[in-house]
Amino acid sequence: MNFKLVFSIAVHLMRSRLKQTVIAGVGVTFGIAMFITLVSFMYGMNDLLDGLIINRTPHVRLYNEIKPSENQPVNLAEKHKHDVNFIHSIKPKDRGKSIYNAKSIIQSLKQDQRVFDVAPKITTPVFFNSGTIEISGVANGIDVLIEEKLFSLNDYMVEGKIEDLRQNNSIVIGKGLSDKMLLKTGDIIKITTPRGNLASMKIVGIIQIGIADIDDITSYTSLTMAQKLLGAPKNYITDIQVKIHDIDLAPALAKEYKNKYNVDTIDFQTTNSQFETGTTIRSIISYAVGIVLLIVAGFGIYNILNMMIFEKMDSIAILKATGFSGNDVKWIFMILSMVIGICGGVLGLVFGFIFSNIIDVIPFNTAALPTVKTFPVNYNPLFYIIGITFALITTFIAGLFPALKASKVDPVEIIRGK
Amino acid sequence: MSNIVLETKKLTKYFNDPLRMQVLKEIDLQVDHGEFVSIVGKSGCGKSTLLYLLSTMDTDYEGQIYLDEELITGKTDKELAQMRNESIGFVFQFHYLLNEFNVLRNVMLPGLKLGKLSEEEIEQNAIEHLRTLDMHEHALKMPNQLSGGQKQRVAIARALINKPLIIMGDEPTGNLDKKNSDIVFDIFNQLTKEHNQTLLIVTHDPDFANRTHRIITMEDGKILS
Repeated sequence: MNFKLVFSIAVHLMRSRLKQTVIAGVGVTFGIAMFITLVSFMYGMNDLLDGLIINRTPHVRLYNEIKPSENQPVNLAEKHKHDVNFIHSIKPKDRGKSIYNAKSIIQSLKQDQRVFDVAPKITTPVFFNSGTIEISGVANGIDVLIEEKLFSLNDYMVEGKIEDLRQNNSIVIGKGLSDKMLLKTGDIIKITTPRGNLASMKIVGIIQIGIADIDDITSYTSLTMAQKLLGAPKNYITDIQVKIHDIDLAPALAKEYKNKYNVDTIDFQTTNSQFETGTTIRSIISYAVGIVLLIVAGFGIYNILNMMIFEKMDSIAILKATGFSGNDVKWIFMILSMVIGICGGVLGLVFGFIFSNIIDVIPFNTAALPTVKTFPVNYNPLFYIIGITFALITTFIAGLFPALKASKVDPVEIIRGK
Repeated sequence: MSNIVLETKKLTKYFNDPLRMQVLKEIDLQVDHGEFVSIVGKSGCGKSTLLYLLSTMDTDYEGQIYLDEELITGKTDKELAQMRNESIGFVFQFHYLLNEFNVLRNVMLPGLKLGKLSEEEIEQNAIEHLRTLDMHEHALKMPNQLSGGQKQRVAIARALINKPLIIMGDEPTGNLDKKNSDIVFDIFNQLTKEHNQTLLIVTHDPDFANRTHRIITMEDGKILS
């Protein structure tokens, strides 16, 4: 097959029907552009919403759960060991919330190649005192720098910086809390711990995570301040938060750490299964819409090529009579279709990128996300690869059937039919 | 080497639609090299059908066709296309030029398809052929800017581009006035005389037929003489 010749014939056919060709191309362009825009926007949105939870949640959390002892004394007793024992009214055992030997566990975790980083944390319920009212809340004692590295808390700070917590006696409170208690940065807040210790702390910042339930009760202080507040020793840590490189490994690692360190563990997937579902469904919807657009564009190409073949019957007949085989004719129309697909597809990518950029600068202010000013867009090159691949597949299939039809045109019928 | 360019043996053809009907009845035919043959006959006698069988475009028949001593019956679509391209030139009643290409390109297309010569050589040949047909001034025009007679001359130039063994014509003058018919006939005549070109022309124009070397008369799917 003489590709150059076949190509030049295809181009000439196209030129003689320029308007229709352009319309067919525009169909593809529109489909691809919309697909890219939609998917980029949806994924941007997904990332944002997932980030709300994922960034705030460790991949694996090590803690001590309050639960009854697994081995009740009667099961250990030599005499009744092999009996079936029924025990009623078991109460959970208080082993203390503190993780035993936390420091060495952290050291050991940091050696693990799969682990990105480890952050210790103290969580304790507290009361915030405002005049005569007491508001219950949670105080998180954190290692400021590591916490910022793992959970980018600064992204959620409305006022102040998380690093300010390194000052003595400082605290960062949730936006809901500050609204309720009419407190602002620089004010002093009084805190009572469950054991009755009272402390006054200076507010150095206000944080807004975007989930009202959390913003209404949460507060952050440094690890040492939390230990002081609770009157606990230096090694008192209630949670070890682990971020790993490959999030899919979380369930396996959680199980491994549970056995290795003899603590309770919970993995990201278990805590946030509903978010996974939401993300998947949103992606499916955006892909479905994009693919439907492309299929519609494919039908456009199919129609226009069919019409073109109908109009060009004479030309096809003469090409065949002068020695072009059915295969050559097929390729003429395949090339026509592929040229429309490639040009339309590439233009679609360009327009998709432009539209994504436009969406990217549209203001999007929401109380839930203080640091987000415009609509989120994800510029993953994969979307562009999928887009162009799908454009090519669609136009290939849309072109194949008319092309096969053209290749089967019987020149005798056309020439005699005149 | 034998002198026979085209030969058929017991060529039989049926039309199946709407009724099974025999259009060609065991036709035996020979065309020698350099002959100028015309096929005449009444409408519906099967002369065009015969031509399309000989042209290899219609493959639904019984019997055998030999082109240049080579059996072409049963060859694949691709091989037949190749043979049409290389060995057979066509001139139709309705000129059938490609409207998307200019005259020169139309003439060059079969040559480009054959691909034996470079594009420049083919262009040179095409211009040469157009010149002998007195059409070289119109080389860069589009087909729709030409008259019927001019288009037919372009079609002849196209038929000649690959130096075919045989040129077949299906009523090449059927759509032309007397003056243009004469021009076309003169061209054909000149081709046989000067270039020893074999021609097989279906016509219903007795004037045209009478001036050819051999007349094959057909009736009811049979050759009378």
